[in-house]
Amino acid sequence: MGERVFTNCTNAGPVSVYVKDGKVTRMRPLVAEEGDFKPWTIEAGGKKYSPPKKFAVAPYVHADRRRLYSDERIRYPMKRVDFDPNGERNPQNRGKSPYQRISWDEALDIVSSEIKRVTEKYGSSAITGLTSSHHNWGIVGYKMGPFARFMNMLGYTPVLDNPDSWEGWHWGATHSYGFYWRLGMPEPYDMLEDALQNAEMIVLWSNDPDTTRGTYTGQDSALWRQWLKEKGVEMVFIDPFHNFTAAVMEGKWIAPRMGTDTAMAMAIAYVWITEDLYDKEYVKDRTIGFEEFKPYVLGETDGLPKTPEWAEQESGVKARVIRALAREWAAKRTVLSGGARGGEGGACRTAFGTEWARMMVLLQAMQGLGKPGRSIWGTTMGAPSDTKTWFPAYADPQGRVATSSVANHLPVNQTKQRLWRLTLPDAVLNPPVSWYGEGFCGQSLEQQFTHFEYPMEGYSEVKLFYRYGGSFMGTMSDTSKWVRMYQSPKLEFVVNQDIWYNSETRMADIILPACSNFERDDVGEWGACGGYTCHASSGCNFRIVVRQQKCIEPLWESKSDYEIFTLLAERLGRKEEFTDGKTEMDWIRAFFDASDLGEHISWEEFDQKGYCIINIDDDYKSTPSLRWFAEGRECDTPDPNNPKRGTIKAKELGTYSGKIEFASESLKSKFPDDEERPVVPRYIESWEGHHSELYKRYSLQLLSPHPRFTFHCHYDKHTDWLDDIPTHRIKKDGYAWWPARLNPADAAARNIQTGDIVRLYNDRGSVLCAAVVTQRVRVGVIHSYASSAKYDPLIPGDADSPDKGGCVNILTPSRMVSRNAPGMTPNSCLIEIEKWEG
Amino acid sequence: MARFSILVDVAKCNGCYNCFLSCRDEYYGNDYPSYSAAQPLNGQFWMQLVEIERGVYPKPKLSYIPKPCMHCENAPCIDAAKDGAVYRRDDGIVMIDPEKSKGQKEIVNACPYRVIYWNEEQEIAQKCTMCAHRLDEGEKMPRCVESCPTGALLFGDLDDPESEVAKLAARLNFEDLKPEFNTGSLVKYAGVPKRFVAGEVVYRDNQGECAAGVRVSLSGGGLNLETKTDVFGDFEFEGLDRNRTYKVLVRADRYQQCEIEFNTPKDVNLGEILLDPQK
Repeated sequence: MGERVFTNCTNAGPVSVYVKDGKVTRMRPLVAEEGDFKPWTIEAGGKKYSPPKKFAVAPYVHADRRRLYSDERIRYPMKRVDFDPNGERNPQNRGKSPYQRISWDEALDIVSSEIKRVTEKYGSSAITGLTSSHHNWGIVGYKMGPFARFMNMLGYTPVLDNPDSWEGWHWGATHSYGFYWRLGMPEPYDMLEDALQNAEMIVLWSNDPDTTRGTYTGQDSALWRQWLKEKGVEMVFIDPFHNFTAAVMEGKWIAPRMGTDTAMAMAIAYVWITEDLYDKEYVKDRTIGFEEFKPYVLGETDGLPKTPEWAEQESGVKARVIRALAREWAAKRTVLSGGARGGEGGACRTAFGTEWARMMVLLQAMQGLGKPGRSIWGTTMGAPSDTKTWFPAYADPQGRVATSSVANHLPVNQTKQRLWRLTLPDAVLNPPVSWYGEGFCGQSLEQQFTHFEYPMEGYSEVKLFYRYGGSFMGTMSDTSKWVRMYQSPKLEFVVNQDIWYNSETRMADIILPACSNFERDDVGEWGACGGYTCHASSGCNFRIVVRQQKCIEPLWESKSDYEIFTLLAERLGRKEEFTDGKTEMDWIRAFFDASDLGEHISWEEFDQKGYCIINIDDDYKSTPSLRWFAEGRECDTPDPNNPKRGTIKAKELGTYSGKIEFASESLKSKFPDDEERPVVPRYIESWEGHHSELYKRYSLQLLSPHPRFTFHCHYDKHTDWLDDIPTHRIKKDGYAWWPARLNPADAAARNIQTGDIVRLYNDRGSVLCAAVVTQRVRVGVIHSYASSAKYDPLIPGDADSPDKGGCVNILTPSRMVSRNAPGMTPNSCLIEIEKWEG
Repeated sequence: MARFSILVDVAKCNGCYNCFLSCRDEYYGNDYPSYSAAQPLNGQFWMQLVEIERGVYPKPKLSYIPKPCMHCENAPCIDAAKDGAVYRRDDGIVMIDPEKSKGQKEIVNACPYRVIYWNEEQEIAQKCTMCAHRLDEGEKMPRCVESCPTGALLFGDLDDPESEVAKLAARLNFEDLKPEFNTGSLVKYAGVPKRFVAGEVVYRDNQGECAAGVRVSLSGGGLNLETKTDVFGDFEFEGLDRNRTYKVLVRADRYQQCEIEFNTPKDVNLGEILLDPQK
């Protein structure tokens, strides 16, 4: 049999998949016909900038073949050997006991009868389920498709996702400038053009776009930053770690002590106010509450002027450097890049991280946010990009098998009870738990004020846990709690459905093997999120919708998630209700028909050719983000979820006042006396930082940003080629260790050398890593990426055992951003480090 | 006649490892008869990325040197091989015959760049082929170059004056990675890091303000360079030789000038240079 080429898409780029004799032999960035590309051109400074006709996918995508055939694939349905649904269940042995292979029939019988049993005994709210994000790509098979549809049909208790990469922006910045419909991120439209044409400086504050890569958009934007560098745009990097973007862009590196970024921001405002270096007209016309903010900065309210000298005491950054930065920022047209999507950034994932994110907005407001070259822009989105052609994406309700109107019937979940992902272990172990906020609060600011209590009156505590696709041991906080949760008898039944063995997989009673998106049919647009991150594919140089063709048969005994849920539904007598009478191909076709893609390509051609590139129109009109607001015009950007757009309030932002709020009206209305997220932002000393009592015992700060060579816990562990990248893992004595980077001064004080196995520890746990002594990390900071996929306790099943896999989130606190802002705070984490002698 | 080359613009490399991973995808487990035998799982890096960290906190630098076979025009591996097991194609690509190289470990040892690998299982020497099997099928470039997001890697025919590589080679100064090896490689580099010195000028009597725009000159090793401190009072000089003595002279109006001598066994951070006011 000859070679066949299929098209598919990953969470970081489209691919051509070469198959011979039923086996994938290689994968390339999708090889498209040259004539399909119509590159855009941006003119700036007498030069023309245009992207090459290719897709710069993320590194790990090149290793997807290895991941597909990984030894860590779940090959067969498995049952824990000491789990007997009709006898002893032995929940205390989850994570300890081995598994035995069982037939699909037996596995499906057990899972379906447990669903029936629990529903009959406790009601459907006793079923809960939880997913990770993007272990696969394609809207039909995505978690918001079959998983959500099945669970809604059962009437389960959903676990609300916390906004886990942009906590401070979500819970803070929204109260300064709205954009709750983007979960706190600014509009991205035409920001590349604006930067090329207008920017003189970019301040990348807690942002490493060459590492986080626009989340799903691969490396297309790496070239944009090369252009900006070549153009001579000055760059400043504020980060305790000399990050990889800083390395390739060069520029100034400023390394504040962790948790003190807000103090630095206050001092910048102080310089601007005292030296008259801010846009007073803009502040007068476009903002409110400055008169409440200014006295705080000047120290009139608390007797503490926020001078650069004061900030130096807190941050360790020289006052003169803060002063020079402030002046340069004001003198030059300066883009603020406060995270991969404009917002995000590790500085917002801290104690009181809301205050930093709010200050990012307010600083830029003082410089005329929205004026040319004065944007908030992550450098990873905002290429010229078509916004007329709608194709559903995973976060669009219309892009989900669970909620799209392409279905004849939509199962609606009647259960009102909710869980909160960050407190799920506490909810199981020590209920009740309560919190404010409906997870992703993209519908209104008020959603952040909704109070939840679990268990909710009239509903059962959860007894059946359906875990799907991935693990949180390496990505949430204080994660040894998850082990304790799994071993609780309160979880009567745990099923884990995944493609690969992950850190939580072997804590289940039954394991179901799913197949990857290379083994089933699907459809998806590269980089597109839809919903709350609408038009995210402007992070790619070209929009491309991919008919994700089934390249090979499902490996071993794996099945598509859709098929697994169909088989379970059948056993529950609800097959038709689940499938809507549709096959996976039927859903794909239905989404195609509902979309605008038919205006570009026929279904038959799309299905066969495998992709469609959507180029911009010849008469493409640029509408730079927030320019309308800065100029007092009606919103002219194509942001479909801006609720004021096209109304009489179209000139307004999404805040209560419609303006940028130095004093937040929304916080004033709900939490007027909250000292931890005050109406006017403040610098508040971290509850786990250099002022803490704990600092006497644990004097190092752990910095655990999003990773460079894995995505969440996907790819790492399942893709051993990555272990040959020393930035990712370091091979020593037959094991691939997770790196922990430390400054030579800290290393010398502890007699640690590069390559040593070290123990990172605090009262919450211990994690073993390989030491990398480097000049690229601030003294007092240990840099070790989050998202190890390998939870590998020395004593399996013992929650207190040291982990040698590198899940540093075992060490991070479970305390929230603040009392009423339930975000995670991995970057407020004190530890100590020592050589591990074994 | 073509002369295929990969030009490496080191300053553009962001260390993403796309080149390494796409290479491994092309060759791991895949035989290309007469071109190359399958790359094994461990120990072979046909496109290796060498990380170079330089300098001293808080002024470090990080560079990556992508390092495939250099496809030398004067290739020691060809000389070391018996039976024509290593040969140069008409387009300049140096190939190892997967059959004939069996047992010839001296091919590996002959390479001064250490980019030929020994396959223990098959007892053959292996390395980058510039994806010759794909070029012969009509592909435009090797996988590593195809996957490079920033243009740090460029492929083409140096003998074709219209090619991008020829134009770039005319514009930037490309050299062999190790000219001292005298092998005349077809893979060439611009911007390979040399030594640098950095420092921060500070006014002793005014430490709350950065000393911007201060004249700094460097001399030594035949160099006479001038710069001014930036808005943060920082300066740096790149392109110094290793193990040489240099002098930096700092001059600011109304301050005593300051001269510092240093050696370059490593990259140097002079740290804070405190200027005293004139008496």
